[in-house]
Amino acid sequence: MPDKVEFELVAPEALVFSAAADMVVVPGSEGDFGVLAGHAPLISLVRPGIIDVHDEGTVKQRIFVAGGFAEVTERRLTVLVEEAAPVDALDRGAIEARLERARKEAGAAETEEEKAAAEKEIVLAQAMLGAIE
Amino acid sequence: MANLKDLRTRINSVKSTQKITAAMKMVAASKLRRAQEQCEAARPYAERMERMLSSLAAGIPEGWEAPKLLAGTGRDEVHLVVVATSDRGLCGSFNTQIVRGARGLIRDLRKDGKTVKILCIGRKGRDQLKTEFGDLIIDTIEDLSRPRPSYDEGLGIAERIAAMAGEEEFDVCTIVYNRFRSAISQELTVQQLIPFPVLEAVAEAGAEKEPGPSAIYEFEPDEEGILNELLPRNLAVQVFRALLESFASEQGARMAAMDSATRNAGEMIDKLTLNYNRTRQAKITTEMIEIVSGAEAL
Repeated sequence: MPDKVEFELVAPEALVFSAAADMVVVPGSEGDFGVLAGHAPLISLVRPGIIDVHDEGTVKQRIFVAGGFAEVTERRLTVLVEEAAPVDALDRGAIEARLERARKEAGAAETEEEKAAAEKEIVLAQAMLGAIE
Repeated sequence: MANLKDLRTRINSVKSTQKITAAMKMVAASKLRRAQEQCEAARPYAERMERMLSSLAAGIPEGWEAPKLLAGTGRDEVHLVVVATSDRGLCGSFNTQIVRGARGLIRDLRKDGKTVKILCIGRKGRDQLKTEFGDLIIDTIEDLSRPRPSYDEGLGIAERIAAMAGEEEFDVCTIVYNRFRSAISQELTVQQLIPFPVLEAVAEAGAEKEPGPSAIYEFEPDEEGILNELLPRNLAVQVFRALLESFASEQGARMAAMDSATRNAGEMIDKLTLNYNRTRQAKITTEMIEIVSGAEAL
């Protein structure tokens, strides 16, 4: 059995990250779960949060993702997300501006759909802020 | 023989045409590079998503009522054909190729007694399809792709298709677009969106690599929850990908077309210049003969 899991993080615009790792912790919709090689096949929703890539005893990479899907097979983990950014690259000012804008949009929303979209954006921005702290 | 002034005007006009086509070629080339990168970057996501959905769909228990986006309505009567073309011309056979493919598909469907509805993306496709199938076109989506297709646009179209599926306005949805192969070649692609075609090749390859049936997947929260999230997303991604592929192909086709137009203009200029010089020389000779014979007469 291979002792590493092939991890791929894919966003609509690009293949964000692809490497072998000892363990990857994914923020699933029902709670965080760690994926090691030999994990049982699983398909899960992913909530906005941080993916930690563990390799050789340290956290190699912390990546913020904006929610999506994870597919786990015995030796592979594929995570499909809407948006992804390394945690170091997140900019507090930009996120706060985004949160502010989303709050305004939620207030001004006329249809249910607009409101839902704005609220989703708020949750996302809050999750980003949470990731920085 | 044409007079000198006319020739000069012709030469100048061909020269300015050549400048335009050369500039369009450069613009298309730079757009092409960006579009190609974007298009290739989007492929992994779309492919992974298709694979994930395939393994999910393969694991659906029998008797479970699948969502409409996955299984369609179960009938095969009304077909929605989405035709992705460009808004602008001057790109060689790009649009003609798409329209020819779409026309063949629609004719075949009609011959089999199906009802067809057409959703056009891009003005050019609508203009060409209008003559034969004017009454079948339900709408045209224009002015995409400035500066290039965005995910939101793909999402918008997908939401529309999903809404129509919800109303059971069609049974089968197919998209026709040019798949980008290289700058000079595009491949006409007909892809079925609804019902979702479970990729047998992928399913088999997956079964080979991953032992055991795919039905042993666990689901969090559950199949239904995931499908409800995944299906609209997949539709948007597939539409978006078609838009990107089509856009990159358009730029490639335009670049090739403008390249040959520039070359043709160059040949034309050479021919006209030769003609111009000959005429000029003949005129000078005539004038000199006139002078000489005038002098001799004295």
